Amino acid sequence: MTFMEKLYIPAIIKGMLVTFRHILKRRKTIKYPEETREFAPVYRGMHVLKRDEQGRENCTACGLCAVACPAEAITMTSAERTKEQKDLYREEKYASMYEINMLRCIFCGLCEEACPKEAIFLTDRLVPTQFERGEFIYGKDKLVESKEHRIDITKRQFTGKRSTI
Amino acid sequence: METFFWIDKLVLVLLLFLISLGIAAYQTYFERKLAGWIQDRVGPDRAGKFGILQPIADGVKMFMKEDFTPANADKWLFILGPGIAMFTSLITSSIIPWGTDLQLFGRSISLQVAEINIGILFAFGIISIGVYGIMIGGWASNNKYSLFGAIRASSQMISYELAMGISAITIIMISGSLDLRAIVESQHGMNWNIFYQPVAFVVFFICALAETNRAPFDLPECENELIGGYHTEYSSMKLGLFLFSEYVAMFVSSALMAILFFGGYNFPGMDYLKDSPNLLSLISVMVFFAKIFVFIFVFMWIRWTIPRFRFDQLMHLGWKVLIPIALVNMLITGFVVALYEHWF
Repeated sequence: MTFMEKLYIPAIIKGMLVTFRHILKRRKTIKYPEETREFAPVYRGMHVLKRDEQGRENCTACGLCAVACPAEAITMTSAERTKEQKDLYREEKYASMYEINMLRCIFCGLCEEACPKEAIFLTDRLVPTQFERGEFIYGKDKLVESKEHRIDITKRQFTGKRSTI
Repeated sequence: METFFWIDKLVLVLLLFLISLGIAAYQTYFERKLAGWIQDRVGPDRAGKFGILQPIADGVKMFMKEDFTPANADKWLFILGPGIAMFTSLITSSIIPWGTDLQLFGRSISLQVAEINIGILFAFGIISIGVYGIMIGGWASNNKYSLFGAIRASSQMISYELAMGISAITIIMISGSLDLRAIVESQHGMNWNIFYQPVAFVVFFICALAETNRAPFDLPECENELIGGYHTEYSSMKLGLFLFSEYVAMFVSSALMAILFFGGYNFPGMDYLKDSPNLLSLISVMVFFAKIFVFIFVFMWIRWTIPRFRFDQLMHLGWKVLIPIALVNMLITGFVVALYEHWF
């Protein structure tokens, strides 16, 4: 090392100028709960169980999503639709219980891929944090969209993965 | 007169205590903010507006934590360690002249708690006791990492105290007094010692970093190799006292540096305010605090820029670089002072 390098002080001052420039820089932090970042159209977040145009649940409890799931996060039991339930469920068979363990789920999207009835989709919503593990097992109350507030998944449907019909 | 004197001093002591603790608390906040800014983050911003209540939240957290004493620790020394650390860093502020005299109620009130004529010796004595807090705390914890931290603290102390003392001696030489107020008054206006003693300042500044255990010389705590060093076993407010004392020490050594090299409360153009002593006093205190804050900022700025020294590098720097520089500087200063005083 030359004498100037051995002094270290010029190098230290150079380093300090670098850090000082960073103090003045604009921060790119997104303050999460107040502002959310923009998601990609095909972002894989929390699931939704869709209803059709008449407000009937699409899911027929075939179990293909549970089979496809590599993390084994999906469980369901099926039941037969009665006559009175005709405007609740689209097919004769429906899921009486449908649970996704959000701590197991790896958000790979294979359930959506496997679904023949266009019932399950991943959305750009995030799974909120909880204090208890049990609260991460989402049942139908959290997964099925309500009739009034439909969850928009058109971005995903038009990505060319499946036909829109 | 006597009673007024005591009341003045008591009020001053109380004010100083609160101010040092308050500044130390907000130093922790500012340190985290600055760390965030330097790393392109925002830092703490959740507690109150801009996270301004963060130190209070931290303090409450510290008090609520379990106060744990290890089974094989020496109970008394374990408590004594943080106590000494806090005491020594707080007591140094008593000898610092904070501003010119106030004129209130027909009396002249000095803004210095203890006007002792060996102020600088007192400061160095107390500062070197400060390391005993760390040593005792580290030793009493009965933990290998803590002991390592304590050993590092003490060996760091002996290698830096010398250079620091020698560079302070050069200041004593040119001002001709050990009294801190006399040193400050000899730098009246803009006649600051930094213009005469830049080398001594650099040495003193590096030693002050080592003295307060700040990065790049924070080897005693060294989070990644010693998991906290001397305060590994500490929890709750005992840990809080250790961390707090570091910030108070930083505040006090910034004040010392401002006094020794940057003219203390002196500012250019202070002679125009001679007719209004109270205004002058107020402005001088503010100027002094501004200088202290600049130093604190530089301390933190260095911490988030330079990586930690290795231990042999630290010893090398202390013994083989700083002490020779300080000695040569002292000799040259002595020679020049002797010439100036016509000793030859």
